[in-house]
Formats: sequence, structure tokens, C-alpha cells
Amino acid sequence: MNLRRLFFRPQSAPAARERLQVLLAHERLSSEGSDLVTKLRDEILQVIARHVQVDNEKVNVRMERGAQVSTLAVDIEIPFDAGKKAA
Amino acid sequence: MGKVIVVTSGKGGVGKTTSSAALGAALAQNGDKVVVVDFDVGLRNLDLVMGAERRVVYDLVNVIQGEAKLTQALIRDKRLESLYLLPASQTRDKDNLTAEGVEKVVGALRTHFDWVICDSPAGIERGATLAMRHADVAIVVTNPEVSSVRDSDRIIGLLDSKTAKAEAGERIEKHLLLTRYDPARAERGDMLKVDDVLEILSIPLLGIIPESMDVLRASNIGSPVTLADERSAPAIAYFDAVRRLRGESIPVTIPGEKRGFFGKFFGRKAA
Repeated sequence: MNLRRLFFRPQSAPAARERLQVLLAHERLSSEGSDLVTKLRDEILQVIARHVQVDNEKVNVRMERGAQVSTLAVDIEIPFDAGKKAA
Repeated sequence: MGKVIVVTSGKGGVGKTTSSAALGAALAQNGDKVVVVDFDVGLRNLDLVMGAERRVVYDLVNVIQGEAKLTQALIRDKRLESLYLLPASQTRDKDNLTAEGVEKVVGALRTHFDWVICDSPAGIERGATLAMRHADVAIVVTNPEVSSVRDSDRIIGLLDSKTAKAEAGERIEKHLLLTRYDPARAERGDMLKVDDVLEILSIPLLGIIPESMDVLRASNIGSPVTLADERSAPAIAYFDAVRRLRGESIPVTIPGEKRGFFGKFFGRKAA
């Protein structure tokens, strides 16, 4: 068991390196206030709030920051009569 | 006019105080006049690491508040007569550090010493930003570990935006000091390598300090490691770092990397 662990355990440093590279690429942008994904998230929620009164607990935002591609998923439950209330 | 250096990292426990003491002593061992200033108000430790904890009378906050003169607060090292310490306050609140006060003290020290080494507290708040505020040179202390590298990146961002030099449109000189490096673990692929950290942070390398028992031994006896054992691996690495700080261009060696078969074998077993 120990021998197996010694010889076949995958190296962990490459994972550390890759995770840091992706994370820092995003953090450097966001400290300059230009992280696109964050900006999109905020603006999309603003636009929706302008038209519909949404319960904050019914808003679900997911972000996944990748090296090449990031994804942003905004999932909002809009009640049938929400539009009338806002108007 | 002396040079002002900030030793900083963001993350705590990576070796800022140890490195401040070792670099300060190494510079003074060359005959330069050096003062090491502790900016960690409330959690001072530089006095302890340098073995002067029982001789603290006044501190940085006393000087800033006008309760003591700078010359009264400076403590001369018992072993090196050109090495001085300006301790932080242990009891006062860190809000007692004012921007104007720090500027005055650092300005005065700069005229009397060849090197003013500011030992920054961890974090990115007042104490840390004031420690870096008037620096000409920054030494970013980093461990080959993800959280330390991330925090160093953040600190580099602050150095480029929040220091007096940066605000005046100048560039602050930045160097990486990689501490607690274990070449055997890096070789096995279980620790970030020197090149990994350099590529990610992209600032020039000042030195690599190996993980070593000698560092703990030195702090146990209250002596900078360059004084405690001049021939130990970490001491040699700090002496080399100081030569680079003075502008000498000497190749960086990775401590302990050239080991024979037995060294490798035992290195693995020990880790």
C-alpha cells in the first residue's frame, strides 16, 4: 500500500500551478474593476430588477471561471404577476 | 540617503520577520548602518526574533505620538554595532500609526541609515499599507504554496498602486524571496517549483531560502540566522540575497538541489 502510494500517486504541483494561473488571471482583472463576468452579472440583475420585482431568494447565480471560457448562469424565478407589481 | 525596503507578503507566517532580521543583520555584517522597523503594532515579534525583547523601552507609536525621541526608541544590537531595531508597540492600537507620523519617522531614519528595513504585518490593512508606503524596494516573501502565492499577487498589485512611488508615477522595485523551499518535495512534484512561482508572479528572484531547522534554532535563541550560524544553508542564502540587493549579479542556486544518490534517497525518506 505504501509503496503503491509512493510510486503511483499523481503529482500535485501541476494542479497547484494551473489553479493559480486561472485564479490570478481573473483576480488581476477584477482588482482593476474590469472583470467581465462580474460586470455582466451585476448589470443583468439590474435590468431584471427594473422590470420585475424579484424575491432575492429566488435568484440563483452561478459562475465558473475558466482559463479559456467562463460561464455565467442566472436563474431567476419570476412569479406570474411580478410584472404588474413593478409597473 | 539610505534605501527603504519593505518586507511584505500578505499572508502571515511565511517568514517576513525572520527574513527582515536575517537580511538586516547580513547587511550590517558588511558594515552598513541598518535599522529594522517593526510595523506590526499589537503583535510585535521582531524584538523577540532579534533577541532584544527585554530591552524595549519606547516604540514606533511613542515616536509618532511625540512621547519619545527617535534616538530614545532605537535599540542597538548587542552583537553588531551598526544594526538597530525600532520596535512596534505591543499595547497600543494600530490606529495610532498615522500616515504623516510614519512619513516623518521613515524620512528621518533614511537620513541616518544606509538601509531602512520595514517589517510589514500580514494582511492588507493599515499597518501593511503604511509599511510599504515610502519604500524604494519591496521584498515579497512567498512560500511555494497556493495561498501564499495568491496573497503575494495581491500584494504586488498594492505595491504598484498604493505606494508613494506608484502614486508619483514611478515604479517600485520588487523582488521575490522564496522561503521554506524544499527541493526534494519540488523534485517529486509535490511542491511548486521555483520556476512555477516566478512565472506566476513575474517579478525577479532575490533568493531561495531552504526549509531548515536552522531557522527555528536561530529564533529560539533570539538571533538572526545569519548571525546564529553563518555557514548554515539559510544563512548562505540570505547573504547571497543581500549581495543581489546591493546590485551584484550572482547566479541563484537552488539550495540542496545538487545531491548525490544517497542525498536523494535519504531526502525522500525524511520527507
